[in-house]
Order: sequence, then structure tokens, then C-alpha cells
Amino acid sequence: MSETIVITSGKGGVGKTTTCANLGVALAIQGCKVVMVDADIGLRNLDVVMGLENRIVYDLVDVVEGYCRLRQALIKDKRVDGLFLLPAAQTKDKNAVSPEQMKELMMALKEEHDFVLVDCPAGIEQGFKNAIAGADSAVIVTTPEVSAVRDADRITGLLEASGFSKPELIINRLKPKMVARGDMMDIPDILDILAIDLVGVVPDDEYIVVSTNRGEPAVLQESSRAGQAYRNIARRLMGEQVPFMDLTEKESVWEKIKRMVKLG
Amino acid sequence: MLNWFGRKQAPKDVAKDRLRLVLMQDRLAVAPQTMEQMRDDVILAISKYVEIDRSGIEFTWKDIDRKRALVASIPVISVKRGGISNDRTAQRSY
Repeated sequence: MSETIVITSGKGGVGKTTTCANLGVALAIQGCKVVMVDADIGLRNLDVVMGLENRIVYDLVDVVEGYCRLRQALIKDKRVDGLFLLPAAQTKDKNAVSPEQMKELMMALKEEHDFVLVDCPAGIEQGFKNAIAGADSAVIVTTPEVSAVRDADRITGLLEASGFSKPELIINRLKPKMVARGDMMDIPDILDILAIDLVGVVPDDEYIVVSTNRGEPAVLQESSRAGQAYRNIARRLMGEQVPFMDLTEKESVWEKIKRMVKLG
Repeated sequence: MLNWFGRKQAPKDVAKDRLRLVLMQDRLAVAPQTMEQMRDDVILAISKYVEIDRSGIEFTWKDIDRKRALVASIPVISVKRGGISNDRTAQRSY
């Protein structure tokens, strides 16, 4: 049983590409055969986040247009077994591919992989329609901010209108300290508003910046909190029941006093 | 926005309240053409009973008590006596 999952958000900059890269690596570590597809044609980034930018020969548009065979365009990750990347074209635009062609491509990829992860571009136009075209299910990434949650709601509506029965939510960049102060929306607040199922919460982690700088997804770093969260989400995607990480953090007495003085 | 300690509402609650409102608007978004059609249908229905001033009609969404409401303000010039069941001759007899 293989599955195509599109990773989408509506809003840009919430961590779709980072999520795609980390889930891809985490699923492959678990022994799955995974291919990550960068559907962000013209603005590709999954290759640099994965550290595979120097190994691109052919891209998604080359495959669709028949310039190369699918296998030639797949880049094999040397760090983890069974992990591949199909990069997006950088010099074409989103209209270079049609939803029908994407559907066909996904079908072909599913034949040889357990998971096909599609990194969707921001927005709700052609690129979004292409990215969701061949997907079986959808994961929506949001951050605990008004604009990101609003866009997540819009995307949920669009996905449901396109026949996705149960999109699942990842809340990214949660800052437990801010939540404890009441300065940031908490998990129940967001779930209450969006009314969709939660598949994971990723705490804000400075290591993500370091890992992106290096092109080494955070799941490869044992000590990274975000990496741990992504490892858990990967196992949930495989059907395992994994308890949610405890992300509650209390303010220390000193922090509380400092805040009171500031407010007073 | 001030609670009973005189302190400001927590930022996360402000976010929640604002999101609720904006999502209500987003989810109820209606195309302008549909609005116009709806307005014309309402006018048609009301015109059976009352004479209205078409130039003064207001037909918009308003947010009342955290709920989205369709508010129509329609200036009435006169009431058509006898209502819908009466034919034109009956109206003229006044």
C-alpha cells in the first residue's frame, strides 16, 4: 500500500519544505521507500534544504515533457537508504505542467515507493492545483499566527471541495514559553478554530536554521526537538499510535516577576 | 479589551477572537453577482406587499454579536392595501 501525501499551507514561509524534507528522511529511516517531489516550479527549494542541489541533472518538467526517463531525474539521497528527490524546474513557470500530467506522474512514482511526499507551493493558484492533483491525502502546515491559521482554514475548504475527506494538521514553530504566558495561541485554540485532526506539533527550534544552512534535515540530529517531533509524525503517518510530545513549559518565577514589572 | 483587573486581554485571546470573526467572513464569502441577485430577489418579494424607494436600499453583511448577519434597509413609501391576494381592481377602489 503506497500513499501520496501533499504538504500544503496556503501561506508561504510556514515550513512546508522543511516539513517535507524532515518527514521524507524520517520515513526513510523507518525503512520506507520514499520519494519527495518538489512541486514548486520556478521557486524550488527542497533541493537546498535537503543538501542535494549540486546533484540535479533533470527535473520534474523534463520528465513530464519526455526529455528524460523518470528514473534519470530521481536523485538518490546517500545518507539514508530508500530516499529520493524529484526536483522542480527552476527556469519554467507553474503552467509548464497540468494537473493530469501530475496525476500520471504520481501514479508512476507510487508504483515503486511507499510514500510520495509532494511539497506544494504557497498560494491557491495553478501550482496548488497541480500539487494536489495526484495526492491521496493532505497535510496542512500552519504556525500559531492569525495569518497562517486563516490561510490553513481556506486551504482546508479548498481541499475538501477537491475531494480530500480528512486533511490533517501540523502546527509548526510552537513556542511553549509564549504559550505559557498567554502570548501565543495554544494547540487547543487552533484545533478549536480549524476543526481538523492534528497529526503533530513541531516546537520552534533554532537548530532548524542550522540544519537548513547545512542542508541536513533536523531529523538526522538526535538532539533536535523539532527533529524528534518530525520522527513522531512520520511514525503516525505509517499508522502507528505515538503519544504527542509534552511541549508545556512553565515560566520560571524570575521570568514571571520580570514580566509583571514590565506590565505594571 | 480590558478585563476586570484592568489588564489587557491576553494576546492569544485577541488572536482567537479576531480569527473567529475573520473566518466567519471568509467562510461566508459570497460573490458580488450572487449578492446582487439575492438583493433583486428580496426586492421582488417585498414589492408584492409594499411600495419601496429603490434608490435608498442598503443590502450588506454586518457582524452583530459575533455573528454574521445579512442586513437590508429598504425605505417603504406606502403599503399596498389588501396584500397579495387582492387583484389590481381591488387596490384601485381605495
